[in-house]
Amino acid sequence: MIQAMINRKPVSVPEGTTILEAARQVQVKIPTLCHHPDLPPTAACGICIVRLEGTKRMLRACCTPIEDGMKIITHDPEIVEVRRTVLELILSNHPNDCLKCGRNQSCELQNLAADFGIREELFEKFIGNIPKDDSTNAFVIEPDKCIHCGRCIEICQEIQGVWALSFLGRGFNSRFAPAAGQKMGDSPCVVCGQCASHCPTGAIFEKDDTLKVWQELQNPDTFCVVQIAPVVRVAIGEAFGMPPGTNTTGKLYTVLRRLGFNAVFDTTFAADVTINEEATEFVERFVHGKGPLPLITSCCPSWVIYLEKQVPDMVDYFSSCKSPQQISGLLTKTYYAEKMGIDLSKIVVVSIMPCTSKKTELSRTEEMFASGYQDVDYSLTTRELARMIKQTGKDFVNLPDSEPDHMLGEYSGAGVIFGTTGGVMEAALRSAYSFITG
Amino acid sequence: MSDKTVLLQDTTAGIATGTNDFFGVFKAALRESNLADNVRLVRVADMGVYNQGVVMTILPENITYANVEVHDIKRIIGVTLKHGNPVKDLLYQPKFRQMRLVLKNCGRLDPGSIDDYIATDGYRALLKAVEQKTPEDVIAELKNSGLRGRGGGGYSTGLKWQFTREAEGETKYVICNADEGDPGAYMDRSVLEGNPHSVIEGMLLAGYAIGSSQGFFYIRAEYPLAIERVQKALDQARDRGLLGANILGSAFSMDIEIRLGAGAFVCGEETALIASIEGKRGTPVPRPPYPSVRGLWGMPTCINNVETLANVAPIILHGADWFAGIGTSSSKGTKVFALTGKVRNSGLVEVPMGTTLRDIVFDIGGGIASGKKFKAVQTGGPSGGVIPEKYLDTPVDYDTLQKLGSIMGSGGMIVMDEDDCMVDIAKFYIKFCVEESCGKCAPCRIGGYQILHILEGITQGRGTLQDLDRLILIARAMKMGSLCGLGQTAANPVISTLTYFEDEYREHIVNRRCPARKCKALLQFSIIRHQCKKCGLCARACPENAITGDREHGYTIDTDKCIHCGMCFDVCKFSAVERI
Repeated sequence: MIQAMINRKPVSVPEGTTILEAARQVQVKIPTLCHHPDLPPTAACGICIVRLEGTKRMLRACCTPIEDGMKIITHDPEIVEVRRTVLELILSNHPNDCLKCGRNQSCELQNLAADFGIREELFEKFIGNIPKDDSTNAFVIEPDKCIHCGRCIEICQEIQGVWALSFLGRGFNSRFAPAAGQKMGDSPCVVCGQCASHCPTGAIFEKDDTLKVWQELQNPDTFCVVQIAPVVRVAIGEAFGMPPGTNTTGKLYTVLRRLGFNAVFDTTFAADVTINEEATEFVERFVHGKGPLPLITSCCPSWVIYLEKQVPDMVDYFSSCKSPQQISGLLTKTYYAEKMGIDLSKIVVVSIMPCTSKKTELSRTEEMFASGYQDVDYSLTTRELARMIKQTGKDFVNLPDSEPDHMLGEYSGAGVIFGTTGGVMEAALRSAYSFITG
Repeated sequence: MSDKTVLLQDTTAGIATGTNDFFGVFKAALRESNLADNVRLVRVADMGVYNQGVVMTILPENITYANVEVHDIKRIIGVTLKHGNPVKDLLYQPKFRQMRLVLKNCGRLDPGSIDDYIATDGYRALLKAVEQKTPEDVIAELKNSGLRGRGGGGYSTGLKWQFTREAEGETKYVICNADEGDPGAYMDRSVLEGNPHSVIEGMLLAGYAIGSSQGFFYIRAEYPLAIERVQKALDQARDRGLLGANILGSAFSMDIEIRLGAGAFVCGEETALIASIEGKRGTPVPRPPYPSVRGLWGMPTCINNVETLANVAPIILHGADWFAGIGTSSSKGTKVFALTGKVRNSGLVEVPMGTTLRDIVFDIGGGIASGKKFKAVQTGGPSGGVIPEKYLDTPVDYDTLQKLGSIMGSGGMIVMDEDDCMVDIAKFYIKFCVEESCGKCAPCRIGGYQILHILEGITQGRGTLQDLDRLILIARAMKMGSLCGLGQTAANPVISTLTYFEDEYREHIVNRRCPARKCKALLQFSIIRHQCKKCGLCARACPENAITGDREHGYTIDTDKCIHCGMCFDVCKFSAVERI
């Protein structure tokens, strides 16, 4: 254990603990901006500086392991002034159009500016005016909002192993972008969206498709069908102040109907179909030798793109089965449409998914649109749905429960274990076991 | 056997002054005089003589000629090579008070010949180390010598080696930082061009001391001659068994390779340099862990500057006490400075630590070339600061310079006179740092850019007194909040000029005047009636037609049209154009 002093109070922490973490032991929160608990520190922003007591030496709390006997001061007038100046410098290089920003009220830079009580712009504004990049279906990049924390690059390179993003240029003109300044859509990007979910500001943000969905809902000629993924029912409650993990399945069915959807399905049913398809494919390969083994599968479109772009020699091992989102849309536009006698061209399928990656999946497999139409027309994230609910003023927390629509609205346990890693293959193997052994 | 040797200075600068052609002509002339077999003509590197055209030294008489022209060759052959007498009007008057340890053999030996190096005690320190000393002895010797890093930081070299030796790692590396980037500094280049083996020997000693078997030279690609000579030296050392397995018959094995820098100043920062060698983007990473613990490819790495490494072999050979006897209590040995600016004799000067600034500028440098008033000396390049006249008697070492708000840095020393504007100087250096900032951390990336714009405003007459407060705020944030040495010191030129020359800033802001008459936007030009000869040259030279009049009535400048270019001032032969 390391014995040290923070703000003249003793701390005792395991070796390797950073000053930032150690400070929590004496109830001190050192402000940070580039730091993210999932990622190794890049130490870029300079907000978390602390002082080695009695010296002029400054350390970055986020990345400096506390040492035995170290005496640290986390706050003194000069430190706070420097943090404030650094923050003002960052703001002088930031558009500050919070009201129009996707991260309004959930932005780490905005929170810090609020904490420091920034009320005026001390320095002249210099904005890069770098064009937006909306070349992927999933998210929009606004380089001008970037604060160079490097989280997106760290996660893209080191965690995801994709290496689509990097820093280009140097100094004031440096910016994050795919190599050689290509558009995201032309880069090795697999549209996993991890960059967007780790961005502290609105520099990388999910594409908003709610306006288009509103238009479809308001169009009297369309028949709008919605499908919800398993995770959404436990994730959306948070947006309405419910404890994380609250199951809101029944309320979700109700609110979707009240938003104007003509039918509400649960994607879990399609997951069952995926399992059956995959199990069948496995049996074909395993028993009848039709195709190479091992069979590998994932319903994550980014995983599929990763395979295609980075390890194309593995594509033959990949299951040819569609993901539940696509199967659900397809069944709606074939089986359900026929059964209900609805004109195919009028059906609009919207999916509510936990990830921006699903937006990419919609249009990437044109040759597989068995109905002649795109399987799913719009994919919304949980956050987009929450915004739609808020826009209509519906009191989500107190809504009554209701049931999903029939036909595609029933599901088995196999579909439910889908969400966990290895769950798809486990479900498929269980099914295959029963197919083979009877 | 040659009777005489002619050493011809052939540096990067020498190539620019045409030494190459000269070499051929000289050689032909020797053949004509039937002396080709008796005179050995050698191209050597830095002799420490600059701005003096073609420079040569003739041995054994040790006669040095400067500004030699092709038509002088005949006389040199006739008078000196045949009869051993000097050609008086060509004699170079050497500077005095220098003490050359690092540059000792630069310009005295053929950098392309390992034999020349060996003949001047070369590789004897290495032999002494592997035969008589343990690695710990070598480290102790270095620690006792008091040698501190010459690249800027001034950290104890012996301690650095000790930490690298003590750090755990299956392999360890030695890196020679030859990414010299300070504007005007070229001491590392001169050592590499003039005596590459001295640095290689230093690296081998470092490798022996820390337990490394692989070294890298990181040389900026803008130094093609240095690269060529180091490569040649490495090849020769390998041929002689001084590199590779079982060096000098001992158990110590080590090899050295060259890696080229692609022209980023920040890659002189050790963690950025390591990233660059690894093939990554050259940006600094937080320390600790220091490279001595986790460096190149995660292994303990000892990074030393060229000049530091060039000091190592003499220390091992002559002992720590000898070295510690030179210099001041806290800074031992000598330091090479690149003296330049408004000084009469510019060039590399090597002096013992503790020599006063006055001695360097006025004795060795010969004072201000134009005879104008000395104003300040800037040390430490873009990371340093300016030192005004009242501190000229300060003995130069790491600590005194730091106390004055500057740094030793890599040894840049730029002398300024009353024509130099301090705001403009600060702007020049911050502009350099803005261009060279990697852009990783906010204080340096945005802070430097903001400072540059504020200073531009001040020099163009748009400054406000609040700008001074902003400058201080940003400078402090950069100093305390930047990640690496580049950002932490980038504001030093601003802080030091503000400390010593705040009046000059205020003059720009309040009276919209540049006392040094350097900031063109603030200058007002007018014609002094009684001095004007009405020649009309100024009117013809004015690119904006802002000067009107005729030969009969004289000329006037329309200040609204004037763009402050100064053409009229420059062309007037009668000093009739006034600049205020």
